Amino acid sequence: MASETEPTGEGVVEGAAHGADTAAHGADTAAHGAEHGATGMPQLDFETWPSQIFWLVIALVVLYFLMSRIALPRIGSVIEERHDAIESDLDRAADYTRQAEEAEAAYELALQEARSKAQEIAAETRAEIQKKVDAAMAEAESRISERTAVSEARIAEIRDEAAASVEAVAADTAAALVEQMLPGSADDAEVRAAVAARLG
Amino acid sequence: MAAGAEGEGGFAIHPMDQFIVKPLFGDGGVGLFTVSNATLWMAITVAVVSLLLIAGTRGRALVPSRVQSMAELLYGFVRKMVTDVAGEKAAPYFPYIFTLFVFILFANLLALIPYSYTVTAQFAVTVPLALAVFISVTVIGFMKHGTHFLSLFWPTDAPVALRPVLCIIELISYFVRPVSHSIRLGANLMAGHAVLKVFAGFAGPLGIGAVLPIAMMVGVFGLEVLVAVIQAYVFAILTCVYLNDALNLHGHSAHDEDEHHSDYIGVHPDSHAAH
Repeated sequence: MASETEPTGEGVVEGAAHGADTAAHGADTAAHGAEHGATGMPQLDFETWPSQIFWLVIALVVLYFLMSRIALPRIGSVIEERHDAIESDLDRAADYTRQAEEAEAAYELALQEARSKAQEIAAETRAEIQKKVDAAMAEAESRISERTAVSEARIAEIRDEAAASVEAVAADTAAALVEQMLPGSADDAEVRAAVAARLG
Repeated sequence: MAAGAEGEGGFAIHPMDQFIVKPLFGDGGVGLFTVSNATLWMAITVAVVSLLLIAGTRGRALVPSRVQSMAELLYGFVRKMVTDVAGEKAAPYFPYIFTLFVFILFANLLALIPYSYTVTAQFAVTVPLALAVFISVTVIGFMKHGTHFLSLFWPTDAPVALRPVLCIIELISYFVRPVSHSIRLGANLMAGHAVLKVFAGFAGPLGIGAVLPIAMMVGVFGLEVLVAVIQAYVFAILTCVYLNDALNLHGHSAHDEDEHHSDYIGVHPDSHAAH
């Protein structure tokens, strides 16, 4: 921008000073000899202005092109790249955090599931065992009652047998007694009927 | 330094000799194309800036080297200054302001090397720099706003009766800008370097007593480093302020570093009374 406007501004100064430059050329060598004793401001020695301005414009134009074409775009892009890289790294980190959270949630869920399944299995097993126990109990009970019935029947049988034996023994005993007391008078059938009547 | 050679006859101090523009080759006058010490130090300035900002960033490293981070720091600093002061609209002029800033900054800093030459202590350098800013800012103002740009000189928030007076003040302050802009930089650098030279001149003939002026020189040198940076910064930020005026007229909240806005302070109570 300035590199366009500057030469016009410079041109004025230069044009004015250039004449003075050539004119004062002779005087310069004299001034140069007395250089060590310079008392005024060398900055106001307008004879050197055109040269300084000329080189300044060149320096600034060169610097401007170096900066605007090479240095600034490069630094700008590097900063931009770094910004992007940091941004993407942060994004990735957030992504990883999210993934970790998801994994944790999945793990929690699996744990919950496993726990409930374990409980289920335990309950099932318990029920199965209970069933088996119940079946065994029922079987044992039925067997016991069966045996009891058999035993009872046997006992009843024995008792009946015993009762019958008792009658027979009683009749025999009575017949023997009668025989002893009244020999020949006893009728076997009569004794037996009397014993049976007595036993009722 | 020259004082040491002819120190016999008391204090022969020539603090201004360092500002003489001399041809590098031959002994003649300084013509338009003469390669002088000014040429040399401008070239060194451009070379050093290029070294830092181009060679230093050659790696384009995502994790910057020391030199590259300096370059990036410089870039970020000027970028922020331009957008803070003159707004986003000033972004196209960033390379221009950046060029001015780094040129002045490095010319100032390189001038602190002993036996070097101070490019920016020359009004032949600072006046064209300031004029370049003044002219380009004025051109930009007229290009952006046409004749409406002239409203910059017509303070509408002041009482009507005061406006012509303020307009004259505004106009004067506007045209004084390049003067103050250039003298501020050149005079600061010139004064500092002249003071350094004066103390150096004292140090030569004093023998063991030279400790005192040398101590002073160390102090002044530190101050000059500060001045070198601050003057480059001031030049650049004023450029931004002027650019802001041209781009946004009175819109954007400019940093009122310049003297001309202080005129408003006395006027505000009046303008409130008028309403």
